[in-house]
Amino acid sequence: MPETMTPTKTKASTVKSDAPPTGRKRLVKGNEALALGALAGGCECFFGYPITPQNEIPELLSGWMPKLGRVFLQAESEVASINMLYGASACGHRAMTSSSSPGISLMMEGLSYIAGAQLPCVLINVMRGGPGLGNIAPSQSDYFQACKGGGHGDYRCIVLAPWNAQEMFEFPGSAFELADRYRMPVFVLTDAVLGSMLEPATVPDLEQLPPPPKMDKPWATTGRGNRSHKNVANSLYLVPEDLTEHNERLQAGYREALREVRYDTRYLEDAEYVVAAFGISARVGYSAVNMLRKQGLKVGLFRPITLWPFPEKALAELARKVKGILTFELNCGQMVEDVRLAVNGVCPVEFYGVAGGVLPAPEDVANVVRKMMK
Amino acid sequence: MKEEVLIAGFGGQGILTMGQLMANAAMYDGLYATWFPSYGPEMRGGTANCTTVFSDEEIGSPIAAIYDTVIVMNQPSLERFGPKVRKGGLLIIDESMVPIRCHRTDVTAIYVPASPLARDAGIERAANVVLLGAFLGIKGKPSVQSVENVIRDLVGAKRPHLIEPNLKALQVGIRIAQERTSAVQA
Repeated sequence: MPETMTPTKTKASTVKSDAPPTGRKRLVKGNEALALGALAGGCECFFGYPITPQNEIPELLSGWMPKLGRVFLQAESEVASINMLYGASACGHRAMTSSSSPGISLMMEGLSYIAGAQLPCVLINVMRGGPGLGNIAPSQSDYFQACKGGGHGDYRCIVLAPWNAQEMFEFPGSAFELADRYRMPVFVLTDAVLGSMLEPATVPDLEQLPPPPKMDKPWATTGRGNRSHKNVANSLYLVPEDLTEHNERLQAGYREALREVRYDTRYLEDAEYVVAAFGISARVGYSAVNMLRKQGLKVGLFRPITLWPFPEKALAELARKVKGILTFELNCGQMVEDVRLAVNGVCPVEFYGVAGGVLPAPEDVANVVRKMMK
Repeated sequence: MKEEVLIAGFGGQGILTMGQLMANAAMYDGLYATWFPSYGPEMRGGTANCTTVFSDEEIGSPIAAIYDTVIVMNQPSLERFGPKVRKGGLLIIDESMVPIRCHRTDVTAIYVPASPLARDAGIERAANVVLLGAFLGIKGKPSVQSVENVIRDLVGAKRPHLIEPNLKALQVGIRIAQERTSAVQA
């Protein structure tokens, strides 16, 4: 039998955003921050296939990783990339891929296998407009895909949604920590605006990067050694009872991961209305909130940082104190379903969203909030 | 203090670079800054525009519905983005590229013959830097010193011999903007 599959009971990981970042402050492009963050987070292997609007990530890593003695491989397709990730992860390495919406869709079968085999890995999705080939403009329409499956079977991925260049740098590292802790895939879900935007962030130079951490992964398929059993990375359980038991183990792990919930708030102390948004729409929402505050209106911002686990308790508490919540997304209404489940009818929840790559201006969001207040 | 700037023209004119110089200088001044590009698939000759926002408070959206300042380097950009300047805002126009003038009377429109001035400064390509100078000459932010330092750091990293001509182009832009604004006010 493989080593125990139940994650050990430990305290929730301290995701490193509070630690003073090392390096120097400079203007960093979101995609560059993600690539640097992956290296700083101990990424040992990158497999990917080019797609706009995330090409800076593989471009930069293709130069940096060989210099640092790590593995960079441009695969022949996204299907190959995700299966290379499967293999590298099974061998105990910190492995990552990055892509954009249609490319991520191609990886869904492999992702389900990785989740089934209880392996850690990191996927970055710099979302673009969909469905289908869509376009290369910013979008948030892969919320469902990242948070609710995408691949088949009862699996979950932790999903982190950065909103500025500093978080774009920090979250790949957090993603590796979480992936290893819970032995599950972790998404960094971002979009074409944050990917191509320049902002000041404190990031290290290449020379300052620590080597990948040496980790003891007793489940890794690195040779039997002195163990009494063989380690096998597998998601096939032909006996229904065995698969049931396996699913229960997976679910136990996901329940443990629920404590990793993170969110950010602005002006909630006296807020009567709240804009709930993640990633780039939270940035636009924050501007809208500032605009409304200047007019004396009591509006706040609620920003989920983990989209799974979703901050449902915090939202449920908030719903008891406010008169209404506006969910704003760059899609036709995805996160709003989770907001409504959390709020459970305690206060009105409305939705405003634009799909297809148009980024509404703060004024547009502010107008919707004003209408709600009438 | 918050300034939202949109810069537009053809790809290859240095539109994106102008925005980056501005955002970098704002960061050197200790301000928050964002830069967000938008351009077609062409490398040169297509449309290019970018927005730069700088502020002493944390910045939300990197784009806006209307802008404090719009800088245009060709005619189509003036037609498209001229209406996006807020009332009382600033419109800086590269006179050498825009034959048909702007009709708005509710904004300050400054015409700068950027290409000839850049040529006189010894670097014709730096029409964008002349226009950046014009922006500084009127707005006073980011600080001239920071923009000069950014030019030294960014231009100097690859082409140190171009630092001086660029600094000269910047000064030319600052001077002409100050002359032309005082003319507008008089």
